[in-house]
Amino acid sequence: MRPVCVVGAGMSQWGEVWRKSFRELFVDAARAAIADAGVDHIDSLYVGCMTGGLFVGQEHIGALMADYLGMPGIPAAHVESACASGGIAFRQAFIEVGSGLSEIVMASGVEKMTDCSGDEATAALATAADAEYEVFNGATFPGLYALMAHAHMHKYGTTRAMLTAVAVKNHYNGSMNPFAQYPFKLKPETVETSVMVADPLRVLDCSPITDGAAAVIVCSEEVAKKLRKPYIKVLGSGLATDIMQLAQREDITTIKSATLASQKALAMAGKKITDIQFAEVHDCFTIAEIMVAESIGKYKPGQAGAAFLAGESALDGKFPINPSGGLKSKGHPVGATGVAQVVEVFKQLTGKAENGRQIKGAPKLAMTQNMGGTGASSVVHIMEVA
Amino acid sequence: MSIFPSRSWREYPQRYRMEAVKFKKSGKTYFPPRQVDPTNGDTECEKVVLPETGKVTTYTVIRVSPSQWGDLSPYGLAIVELTDGTRLFGQIADCNVDQIKIGMDVRIEFRLIQKEGTHGVLSYGYKFVPKWY
Amino acid sequence: MAGIVGYGAHLPRHRIKVEEIAKVWGADAPSYKKGLMLREKSVPPPDMDTITLSVEAAKNAFRRAGNIDRSKVGAIYIGSESHPYAVKPSGTVVGEAMGIFNDCHCADFEFACKAGSEAMYVAMSHVKAGEMKYALAIAADTSQGAPSDALEFSAAAGAAAFIMGTEDLIAECLYTHSWMQDMPDFWRREHEFYPQHGGRFTGEEAYFATTRGASEAILKKSGMKPSDFKYAVFHQPNGKFPQRIAFELGFTQEQIDPGWLAPRLGNTYSGASPIGLTGCLDVSKPGDLIFMCSYGSGSGSDAFIWKVTEKINRVRNLAVGTHKLLDENLTYIEYGTYAKFRHKIIKNK
Repeated sequence: MRPVCVVGAGMSQWGEVWRKSFRELFVDAARAAIADAGVDHIDSLYVGCMTGGLFVGQEHIGALMADYLGMPGIPAAHVESACASGGIAFRQAFIEVGSGLSEIVMASGVEKMTDCSGDEATAALATAADAEYEVFNGATFPGLYALMAHAHMHKYGTTRAMLTAVAVKNHYNGSMNPFAQYPFKLKPETVETSVMVADPLRVLDCSPITDGAAAVIVCSEEVAKKLRKPYIKVLGSGLATDIMQLAQREDITTIKSATLASQKALAMAGKKITDIQFAEVHDCFTIAEIMVAESIGKYKPGQAGAAFLAGESALDGKFPINPSGGLKSKGHPVGATGVAQVVEVFKQLTGKAENGRQIKGAPKLAMTQNMGGTGASSVVHIMEVA
Repeated sequence: MSIFPSRSWREYPQRYRMEAVKFKKSGKTYFPPRQVDPTNGDTECEKVVLPETGKVTTYTVIRVSPSQWGDLSPYGLAIVELTDGTRLFGQIADCNVDQIKIGMDVRIEFRLIQKEGTHGVLSYGYKFVPKWY
Repeated sequence: MAGIVGYGAHLPRHRIKVEEIAKVWGADAPSYKKGLMLREKSVPPPDMDTITLSVEAAKNAFRRAGNIDRSKVGAIYIGSESHPYAVKPSGTVVGEAMGIFNDCHCADFEFACKAGSEAMYVAMSHVKAGEMKYALAIAADTSQGAPSDALEFSAAAGAAAFIMGTEDLIAECLYTHSWMQDMPDFWRREHEFYPQHGGRFTGEEAYFATTRGASEAILKKSGMKPSDFKYAVFHQPNGKFPQRIAFELGFTQEQIDPGWLAPRLGNTYSGASPIGLTGCLDVSKPGDLIFMCSYGSGSGSDAFIWKVTEKINRVRNLAVGTHKLLDENLTYIEYGTYAKFRHKIIKNK
């Protein structure tokens, strides 16, 4: 595989974007990425999206988006792996450029979640779990992560305060992100008195329903150099799956797919987890950030919560996590999230993070971890300043 | 999405009779059944019927519930480990949600899981109830 | 000789007191409690229905039957007036759940509160005639009572299951008799949610005439007198009616006690006298004679005379007892939860 780079990034508005349709959100992000990169064409397009079909009755998404981008004819494909759709769309672009098949590939993600009722959105999201044996029996996503949270608290003594710390820290970061859905700080008391959704998870432990799109331009180093703009290199990519049903997994206090994916990505990059300086991880629920930080090997099992409570994951901490505000504050348009994580890493590594969100000390090496459902799939990328 | 009758019907052995599969090489039991053992790729297996009782290994209480279970909200969900070691997921019925505990003894009971309005098919299955006798 | 090879009951955990219902409608609770001898009734939660109750009762019946070969159960009949489907049998769901398929007769029975006892008679007739080795009869209901109607105080839920056979019996059936007339005392038209009834007309000419008709006939047929029996069970729409007919026929309170469940259970409709029978079997001894007479509006009564064998001592504790289900681990609810559970609240589609 030859070196692969990211040279541009773009986001649409994120939130309850009533005025933009599914395709318009994509086009906004895609054009922003193209403008940011300064490329005059792309060779192919990957669009991560969990379910255009269930949310807005639209499939055949690769073709639709290529068409509306004004480039009908280019190769385009829809990539799906529930909430890991975007991360895998990025991986597909990485593979296509790295293999030499293409020079410039757009990796994008988009989800339009508000053109249906709350009940329909919940049911659509639930398709990321086991339809016949989890969802059929009354599981909701908060419910499944709540099962993992209770197990983690029971095994390691993880506390309510530790979950709260994740939400508070992510909102603090997100308050400085112009693209965040909820750009405001949160007090711990507000988190801990918010409505209980599925014990022990409260509404402010949960990422929201969001409309949004993100896109990045992935290219060969040759193309990147010619563009004469700051760029980053993608050193490694790892993808792993795991047993779908929580009940059939050995240990639900850890996310095995994240462990495997990060090991593969680090191996490809020739790096160790201790080399990674900051990460964008998949905090669909506060407990997820704790479990992922442990699963990727940054913290020993059961110890991430206390470290977060002590401020280690803050922007100025030992290991900043989710400088973008994470899914919690930035929002979680399912298919777009994985790509938005790359957008943040691109901004941070090229010194372009807005409003005081920039991690100090010019960090060089970062990780993104994006996962689907309750972790039946995880995709990890390692990126470095060029 | 509505449940087409064939989807429910196909699951009767599992949902009505708690039939699971036990793989020869690993000796592991899986519920619901699967054709390939995820630990070693083995496909040689036999049908087993799960025991009726077990303990709660983790649980949650759903307080913001999908409309199908609105009348039961709040309700408990748990992963239960049965006396033969098999773990499965399900709702907890007939239990004050504040009394659900990890380690609680439960028994499997046949219950109506979902129904589609006043016109659709009735989907039956299993739930866990506290083991009080 | 045919009779019961295995028996079992199942009841909901939830209860609502008469006072709770009376409060909402401004009714006089004490007069209901005294007049009808009712204190509280069972309430099925939304995930419990005639089919689920039948499955759990059948499991208990199989536990007491011992290791019988389920492939030899040749019929499954469920009697109820609250079958979950208007068209599609309850019996096939229960049969599938109990592993009784495919070579098996099945149809659902309906005759108000005596659908279950008729199913018991028919199942027993099959095995007596040598048509099959075992036949399963289940009496189950989750009936509705119209809001503010007198019947709302008593309409309850429960099930009893009986595996009939000719060998290794827990109770032999010595005699049966059925008495019926066309009686418009209580009915429900198709597509109606709640039943209608004739108020006081449901008493003398309906419940009492019919029950008396079957009871006197079976006593005459068998040549027995009330004092020959250890226990007697009658259909129990409330506590008062079965007590009145029992005393009139010459039975005592002591004889009806173990099967007289209505005061704490309510009226389990098709389940009423069958569940009462399980209550008697639970405390009976070998050689005891049990008198049973059901009643179904419309109307008809099925009478049975059972003789308990020594097998009861071996199998009584193989499943949970009816009185335990009746009295222990109860959750009391108020009217709002009751109305929600019983689908009495109008919701958006």
